Amino acid sequence: METNTALRLAAVLADRQDAVVEAWSDAVRETLRGRLTRAELDRQLADLYTLLRTLLESGSSSLGRPDAADLRSMLSDLSHARARQGFSVSETAISVFALKAAFYRAAGDDDHVSKADFAAFSLFIDDLGLHTVETYVAARDSIITEQSQQLMELSTPVVKLWDGVVAVPLIGTLDSARSQIVMERLLQALVDTGSPYAILDITGVPAVDTQVAQHILKTVVAAQLMGAQCIISGIRPQIAQTIVSLGIEFGEIVTKANLSDALQYALRSLGTDIGKRAPRGAVI
Amino acid sequence: MINAEPTGETRRQGIGGDDDVVRVRQLVRAAAVATKLSLVDQTKLVTAASELARNTLIHGGGGYAEVIPVTNGRRNGILIVFVDDGPGIVDLDLAFTDGYTTAGGLGLGLSGARRLMDEFRVETTPGEGTTVSAVKWER
Repeated sequence: METNTALRLAAVLADRQDAVVEAWSDAVRETLRGRLTRAELDRQLADLYTLLRTLLESGSSSLGRPDAADLRSMLSDLSHARARQGFSVSETAISVFALKAAFYRAAGDDDHVSKADFAAFSLFIDDLGLHTVETYVAARDSIITEQSQQLMELSTPVVKLWDGVVAVPLIGTLDSARSQIVMERLLQALVDTGSPYAILDITGVPAVDTQVAQHILKTVVAAQLMGAQCIISGIRPQIAQTIVSLGIEFGEIVTKANLSDALQYALRSLGTDIGKRAPRGAVI
Repeated sequence: MINAEPTGETRRQGIGGDDDVVRVRQLVRAAAVATKLSLVDQTKLVTAASELARNTLIHGGGGYAEVIPVTNGRRNGILIVFVDDGPGIVDLDLAFTDGYTTAGGLGLGLSGARRLMDEFRVETTPGEGTTVSAVKWER
């Protein structure tokens, strides 16, 4: 944008500030469906408007310049906040793009602004909008990465079932990264609790292919090297048939249909006796 | 040739990373549920798709998968096709040998997938690529 154009636009923006901001705020509020209060939105847009006007007053419209830093960070904050609040990308972008129509509506009759000026203003707003979308996408990406890391940690707990028995309930896809975490946690839990028995429960694993089987076998062998015995439980009928067809052999590893059988097996092997409580009043 | 007429839309999924193997599995599972395969057949089909998708990724250097609902006139089924333009398979008999592996796996992926499916066909040209087509019919 040429310096003269920028200065002319800045003058008109200052002149018609209240009318433009009001029209802008009205247009944006329609898309928000009450997720932001009117006062919050008005304040955000007024701040943005002031920064944008200040930039134009400096005779430039380039977002890359050092004096546009405030405007850039304000746009970034806005789109980060919107991404966290669950706004869609178009809902976020419209907050910026709506300024075009608002400006035209509130300042369209101004003799100082030519068609070329409007076109230049429109390009300027496009730049702002693109910057907003880019930061929005970056914010979303970082949210997704955070969540998948949280999920990875959450989904691999090692629980102590009994004195001497720890269990890992596996849920979801068992890829290399997760099976590494499972193995590390399980081996650490074996050391920490001194347990001779570990149960790997695969009830929540949707499909056992050769890679999953290999990960499980490696974990079992590692546990055996540390002197613990592993029991695999939660093998459903369809998984059992698939494993047989695939030709995977679990060899000497003890496998059970469900976690309760596996626990019972471990307790028996430990010599722990759990009988049913005798009925009250029974003569023993 | 596999005698199978398409009865529905072909769904395609590119295979370029581990995430895509998961996507192929989900796609195949959805198709199997829609065709009303039994739970055992669904699991077999999904597991075979998982093996073949990983082969496409690791040995073929990436490619794509197609999932197509089909019929042979009597029974409905799911056709899965895996295409890559990798190095191809030089010795197919060796590749089908249980326990033979070049990638440090169990060496059961290709042979196991053939046992899990009802029809299985490999077309491969060394240096040009490999196409694996397989069908699971409803029982």
